[in-house]
Amino acid sequence: MKGMKGWVLFGVLSVLALTLAACAPAATPEPAAEAEPFKFGLVLVGPRNDRGWSQAHYEGGLYVEENMPGAEMILFELLNPADKPEATLEGVVDDMVADGAKLIFTTSDEFEEDTLGVAEKYPGITFINVSGDDALTGEAPANLGNIMGRMEDMKAVAGCAAALATQTGHIGYLGPLINFETRRLTASAYLGARYCYENYRELNADDLEFTVTWIGFWFNIPGVTLDPTEVTTNFFDTGVDVVMSGIDTTEGIDVAGQRAAADEVVWAVPYDFEGACETAPFICLGVPYFNWGPAYLETAAAVNDGSWKQSWDWNPPYWEDLTDNSRTAAGWVNGEGLAAELQAHLNDFISGLASGDINVWSGPINLQDGSEYIAAGAVASDSEIWYLPQLLEGMEGPSE
Amino acid sequence: MRIPPQLERIWPSMPVIGALLFTSVLLLLFGASPLESYAAMWEGAFGTQAKLLSVIAFWIPLVFSSAGLLLTFKAGLWNIGIEGQIILGSIGASWVALNVDAPSYLLIPLAILASMIAGALWAALTGLLKTRGGVHEIFGGLALNNLAIILTNFLISGPWQPPEGGTFRGTQPFQDGVLLPRFADSRFSPLSLVLLVVAYGLVVLALRNTFWGLKLKALGQNARSAFLLGVSSNREAVIAMMFCGALAGLGGGVRVLSWFDSLRQSISGGIGYLSLLVVMLAQFRLLWVPLIALFFSVVLNGSITLQLRTQLHSSLGGILTGITVLFMLLFGDAKRLGFNTLSEEDDDE
Repeated sequence: MKGMKGWVLFGVLSVLALTLAACAPAATPEPAAEAEPFKFGLVLVGPRNDRGWSQAHYEGGLYVEENMPGAEMILFELLNPADKPEATLEGVVDDMVADGAKLIFTTSDEFEEDTLGVAEKYPGITFINVSGDDALTGEAPANLGNIMGRMEDMKAVAGCAAALATQTGHIGYLGPLINFETRRLTASAYLGARYCYENYRELNADDLEFTVTWIGFWFNIPGVTLDPTEVTTNFFDTGVDVVMSGIDTTEGIDVAGQRAAADEVVWAVPYDFEGACETAPFICLGVPYFNWGPAYLETAAAVNDGSWKQSWDWNPPYWEDLTDNSRTAAGWVNGEGLAAELQAHLNDFISGLASGDINVWSGPINLQDGSEYIAAGAVASDSEIWYLPQLLEGMEGPSE
Repeated sequence: MRIPPQLERIWPSMPVIGALLFTSVLLLLFGASPLESYAAMWEGAFGTQAKLLSVIAFWIPLVFSSAGLLLTFKAGLWNIGIEGQIILGSIGASWVALNVDAPSYLLIPLAILASMIAGALWAALTGLLKTRGGVHEIFGGLALNNLAIILTNFLISGPWQPPEGGTFRGTQPFQDGVLLPRFADSRFSPLSLVLLVVAYGLVVLALRNTFWGLKLKALGQNARSAFLLGVSSNREAVIAMMFCGALAGLGGGVRVLSWFDSLRQSISGGIGYLSLLVVMLAQFRLLWVPLIALFFSVVLNGSITLQLRTQLHSSLGGILTGITVLFMLLFGDAKRLGFNTLSEEDDDE
């Protein structure tokens, strides 16, 4: 009679389900909304709690909900073929539009191509593709805009902090994969490092060694990418004493923390998440991070009152206070690892960037192959920075 | 204990019904109404023509690989390497799409053929590892699955990376001529459905009406006595694997040639593992396989709308399928539960 067990369980569950179903409230009554409801969709490539890229966007969405009366977010996370082979951006957008979304953020360059498609399909809905350039190149229909935070400035600050701290004069950069975005970010870090090495340390910037190792992706995939733990270890074994991270995960600061615990003199600059220094605060020189809330709020408000116009926004940091998350698009948190007198230099550098007295993208700047990119006396334009074709002269590591 | 024949017929659906009830309880615990949730799922799967077509488009590769598994299970093989065979199929088709320049009427058959060959060869590796190297097909298959993923990543970040470089997302979109004609702007290609019907028919025919099907069955029931009776167990095992790999590869080909338009980092995303589940749930009954696959496609597609509507946890669809597996283990093995009437003789009703 062993078979009875299954039936008993089945029976119990059926009764339980039916009872509970009968007790369930028929429908949750909508809270009486004071403001006109405004629904917006947010599509994430990763999970909402990855302590990195996707979480920053999720928090941006929450920021809109908190600060715009009546705003309601429709979230869809983990839209990637590994986690959801059955889902497509188009299908998700269909549902969001059916549920009343007037504005949809697609928060990865993975969605750039598909966002073009849905924007054409729904001309009455506003789409924002984060990090894309379709609105800049003119490919995008009028209802599709792009937003990106100007991380380049914060990377320059990060590079400066690294150059101020280094004793060996050798900085290691843990790069993800090679594209326009990662090239310009890495180059900005290098330019910031050069400036501070020369102007605050009063050393020859040409003596500063800056090595970039691309692991191949945004995080470690065993067997496919280089192992960021090994890369960082190798950096420290070959004379690097500051490792800067450009990847989504925390191996750089993890290894640096272990080395420091073994009494080695090393530092780290993590990336992407405001709280990233927490792993090893004493050797952390600070962290550059994205903050999407203000731009998302502005966009939502403009779409809501009908004043939104297509644009390609490369939003600057709020220089008065780089940790003011109600204003800045890219932030910088100081780390405990930077000694007080060096911190003073860094603050000076930051105020120079803020006032415009310092522009690390001033010529002469040569590409890695030695050709001139920005002439002496000239300053790089936005598109020259955005579409940087190679790494710069003086940086070690592949450009493509 | 005997159960009435009517009940026996619907037996494979018991885990599904049980899982639905159990999930209802879960939904209630999360404060969501099961009725509204299932209504959202229903809408997500059947609400519009586009959603229905998406259900079918996802279902097709799932049934291709399930059909392949019917052959290997029949031969007593645990072809867990099916996931890798799907991936290799998509790589084969991508190779043609990226390297061959020909008119569409040649290009499409070539790409499909390449996907089948690549899947079959990958499956043959697992088969040979088993027959020559004594490596159990579960371990060989799992290793080759990982290798297939690594190979994809290598290709899209290396030799096949798009000209602007770098991104790990996938290759450049293929030339239009190689893409299967799609129906009404959806990802569903009627051609793939025709191929599926033909392939499934052939599998059914092979299993029921051919001597080869009988040999596989003998092999599956008792490899040693099959060998003594003159069935070359090694040869049949490898051949069964290869046919399975060809079908799975074809599913992978359909995935790149109509669901996507390029080779992506994770082209299958677990369709192979899901098809193992489908075939086991169906208890190897040929007519149940497409229906249970359809159930999974409906649940997964429906759970997209469910997630958007309820804003509950994103893995609700996954939880539902996971619970179905648990219930399959609870209800599924009828023999162990004492229902002796459910013998393997019924398996190709």
